[in-house]
Amino acid sequence: MTAEISSNGYLVGSNLERVLRADHFAVTAELGPPQSADGSVINQKAILLKGYCDAVNITDNQTAIVRMSSIGAGAILVREGLEPVIQMTCRDRNRLAIQSDLLGAYALGMRNLLCLTGDHQTFGNHPTAKNVFDLDSLQLIEMVTAMRDEHVFQCGDTFKGLEPRFFIGAAAAPFADPIEFRPYRLAKKVKAGVNFIQTQLVYDIEAFEAYMEKVRALGMHELAYILAGVGPLKSPGMARYMKNSVPGILVPDELIERMQKAGEPWAGKSKDELTKEDKKARSEAWKSEGTKICIELIQQLQKLEGVAGVHIMAIEWEEAVKPIVEGAGLYPRPVVETAGSVSQEAANG
Amino acid sequence: MIIAEQKPLEEIKALVGDAHKVLVVGCGTCVTVCFAGGAREAAIISASLRMTSKLAGNPKEVSDVTVQRQCEWEYLDEIADQVKEADLVLSLGCGIGVQAMVEHFPDAWVVPGLNTTFMGLPTEQGVWVERCAACGDCILGLTGGICPIARCSKSLLNGPCGGSEAGHCEISPEIPCAWQLIYDRLSSKGKLDVLLEIRPPKNWRTSRDGGPRKIVREDLRLASEEE
Repeated sequence: MTAEISSNGYLVGSNLERVLRADHFAVTAELGPPQSADGSVINQKAILLKGYCDAVNITDNQTAIVRMSSIGAGAILVREGLEPVIQMTCRDRNRLAIQSDLLGAYALGMRNLLCLTGDHQTFGNHPTAKNVFDLDSLQLIEMVTAMRDEHVFQCGDTFKGLEPRFFIGAAAAPFADPIEFRPYRLAKKVKAGVNFIQTQLVYDIEAFEAYMEKVRALGMHELAYILAGVGPLKSPGMARYMKNSVPGILVPDELIERMQKAGEPWAGKSKDELTKEDKKARSEAWKSEGTKICIELIQQLQKLEGVAGVHIMAIEWEEAVKPIVEGAGLYPRPVVETAGSVSQEAANG
Repeated sequence: MIIAEQKPLEEIKALVGDAHKVLVVGCGTCVTVCFAGGAREAAIISASLRMTSKLAGNPKEVSDVTVQRQCEWEYLDEIADQVKEADLVLSLGCGIGVQAMVEHFPDAWVVPGLNTTFMGLPTEQGVWVERCAACGDCILGLTGGICPIARCSKSLLNGPCGGSEAGHCEISPEIPCAWQLIYDRLSSKGKLDVLLEIRPPKNWRTSRDGGPRKIVREDLRLASEEE
């Protein structure tokens, strides 16, 4: 890593950083905050994830739909003893708001940050909103890196007192267009200062390996930890939707066929012919196959050089994380001590 | 040029309200070229208002006139008498034209007949697209002559984002991805290395974010005083 290493051997010392630096295959999960002020939703989801991942991403008004703030939900997670990865998009805040929110997030105990451009507001529930995009994700990464390592605000002013020290991440979309540029865009994010990358959902291992080959050729896997995005499919319909309608996601036909096959006992029947119990059983069969596929993908990803972990996006299906992590043989999660034993070696490394 | 489109007739009628003598003022420059507010459109609107008010049983006196450029005061003097006689002026100029009228004729009540939409160009018959956002600090020299401020939905300086697919923007298959266009253009010119540099945060003060903008050219001011 290029950035300054603090005295305990870590940039930040977050659990995610400790696990990655100890060369464990990291697991992060995702938690979608509620469209309400009900903090107990976070507590309930935290119970499902605790012990099964090294850190939990909390989305920031994902798909431009208003939800409880990432930092607000993150504060609840910190209380629950789970480590959040705060997601921060450029859509809703200008450089002043982002910096002040991050000072607050650090003060509340948050230590990981994922820097994102943000989905356009036309997707969400406030399509008539004015967007911000004062900065883009690259500029956001540079800003928070400089706050941490150089003690300066974006304007260039040095500040006194405690700096917000985040383990800084960014997203990568290996299959978005122009596809030839994607490894270089990742390299730009690394150059801007990121410590880890979480990719868009990977279903096509072959295509992802082709991408990783280019990433490795640029040496980026040695400068940032790359976590491959995975997510369990809920139904063949979801698989087809992702393949056809979500930019930058490749779903091989073979996986769609497997999902279809899982629902075969109920195939050929119209909606009205299926009882409530039938539908439930079919959904369970699909979910079971989706979980199985996800586990297989993780096992294949573990074999790829330069993949430091997985980021499990079980959207509104946090219950799936436990069987996936267990099934992939990634449970229990490692416990890496904060300082002491590893510090000197890491500091020298 | 400035592209505008006519407001719906119902909205125009509501803006005109119960004014009896109405003067429709077209503009002979940008909005003539984009078929929104030239002499032809002024005549049509004028006729529509006459007809609908007559059908409603309360016929209005509506006339129309078109000036060469509504956004310059010197072109407005020629219609001063007609403006004075009108209860209401319906401007078919862009937003600048409307305000030029208001400033030049403070006694008149001026309402807009157009929505000023963007600065752009016609790409085919009947199609206009945005090309410039007047950010005040042109970066076209860095992007192969394609503006990401005006043409990327997120105005990214370090694009493309993850929403670029098959050449179009994530928000609509109808909108080309500006960063795909930039990529293709730089690629065809062998200048892709430009894209490897990280562009710093933009100084938005030169854009609208710095407040209403103004240019003062002392050289021209002195010349005008000497005359």
